[in-house]
Amino acid sequence: MKDIHTFLAPPAETARRHGPHDRIVMSSRVRLARNLKGAAFPGWAKKPERMKVLEIIRPAVESLPEMKDSFSEAMDNLAALDKQILVERHLISREHAAKNTGSGVVLNREETFCVMINEEDHLRMQALRPGLQIRQVWNAIDRFDSELEKTLDYAFDNELGYLTACPTNLGTGIRVSAMLHLPGLVLSEQINPIIQSVNKLGLAVRGLYGEGTEALGNVFQVSNQMTLGESETVIVERLEKVLGQIIEHEENGRQTLLEKKPKVVFNHIGRAYGILANAHSISSKETMNLLSLLRLGVDMELFPGAQRSLVDELFLTTQPAHLQKQLSDKLSAEERDLIRADMLRDRLKNVSRPIVKPPNVGN
Amino acid sequence: MLCTICKEKPATVHLTQIVGDKMQKLDLCEDCAKTKGINDPTAFSLADADKLFGLGASQEIEQAAGGAELKCAHCGFSQADFKKSGRLGCPECYKTFAEGLAGLLKTMHKGTRHVGKSPESLRASREDSDRMKSLHKKLAKAVEAEDFEQAAALRDEIKQAGERPSGPKNLTR
Repeated sequence: MKDIHTFLAPPAETARRHGPHDRIVMSSRVRLARNLKGAAFPGWAKKPERMKVLEIIRPAVESLPEMKDSFSEAMDNLAALDKQILVERHLISREHAAKNTGSGVVLNREETFCVMINEEDHLRMQALRPGLQIRQVWNAIDRFDSELEKTLDYAFDNELGYLTACPTNLGTGIRVSAMLHLPGLVLSEQINPIIQSVNKLGLAVRGLYGEGTEALGNVFQVSNQMTLGESETVIVERLEKVLGQIIEHEENGRQTLLEKKPKVVFNHIGRAYGILANAHSISSKETMNLLSLLRLGVDMELFPGAQRSLVDELFLTTQPAHLQKQLSDKLSAEERDLIRADMLRDRLKNVSRPIVKPPNVGN
Repeated sequence: MLCTICKEKPATVHLTQIVGDKMQKLDLCEDCAKTKGINDPTAFSLADADKLFGLGASQEIEQAAGGAELKCAHCGFSQADFKKSGRLGCPECYKTFAEGLAGLLKTMHKGTRHVGKSPESLRASREDSDRMKSLHKKLAKAVEAEDFEQAAALRDEIKQAGERPSGPKNLTR
């Protein structure tokens, strides 16, 4: 059995993965929901039936060329901490982390494909890449799915398409999403109207960990909601178009802030730096919100010499499970806040305080 | 008969609508009919009933009209289970609960018919069925327009494709 901790790339390495527009688009993802013909959905199936489905799907997934060197495990063999680490890396959903017997996960070495078995559906396969690469992840998961259907008998209906446990995923079973860092829109208070207009286009805007979560660290997930009645390509193209517009708004928002309210921006970023570099106790939530401002400062070149990858690495390593993993003793939340602060002070000791750029008047 | 919504007062407003070959019925008391804005039954579509009452309402309407509690023969999942979880029991449930789901899918999605990828093994039969549907549609149109020459040609085409036409029978002249 492979160890998930040694299998996963170290955070310093994942933070250095680059993609187009990764200043704003942290990652792109396409997920497909599929189910086997004749078997009850995981939420309704009894344990033996779930185990049978897992036994059919797992080898089929493992044998794909994309999953040649993969981490494959039944969920009941993973410790709670391991599952939480996978959640913090956005490889599995929080719902899947709560699963045990009869559920499984298969993840490839590059962390570009991750398959959840017996989550809400028998199969939830996802392709992920850094930056804005919607079309590429769709093509990747499309091929992946076409390979799988050669060995698995999918539940498919001529009228309704791929049949899913929840009617909201019926048809294509596709969810195309991107994780966006939008501090400019939040600081300039444009985020709510933007969310509303994106909603009007039939797209959902969610927080950092998907459904029903807060937008910690100014990170938002934009995804399609409707899955029946339009093709995957149409959905992918709409997402691409809307994401392009959001990126433009975010860039404009940052520019306008620097021109119109430079003091507000410098104040936010300076305070974030002050706290992160000097605190002795800090929660993960506060850390994420302040790291978001630090990231904005790096993007605005207020921290000469500092890399965005350092911020992205800290974004991951300061989260509860990743922090706990680095320690031998099981800590309480309060104790973690102390260790987190120690780590931040240490990692930021070579980052100088932000410079002050003269506002570009009339530019 | 009691009102479908409040289940307290006697139903005095009765709506019947025929959608396709299905008849849907809704029985309301005067108060509920008013609060739901059903003053003019001709302007009110029963397809909207789902929106008024929530998930799978048309089945509930059926139940209120004396229908038995619906259960999936394949997996034993019931209408009540769906109400509780918002998820279905197995792929077959989509057939079992088709009627109740129809309205829901309409409000939830762009369309009610799948467009896009399908499993390679089913692609051929899917295209056949699409073609057959469009032929039948054309046939109905031709009959309506009394273009019998065209209708006869279409009927031959359908026959050749291996299925008997289900259209009107007075075409043989």
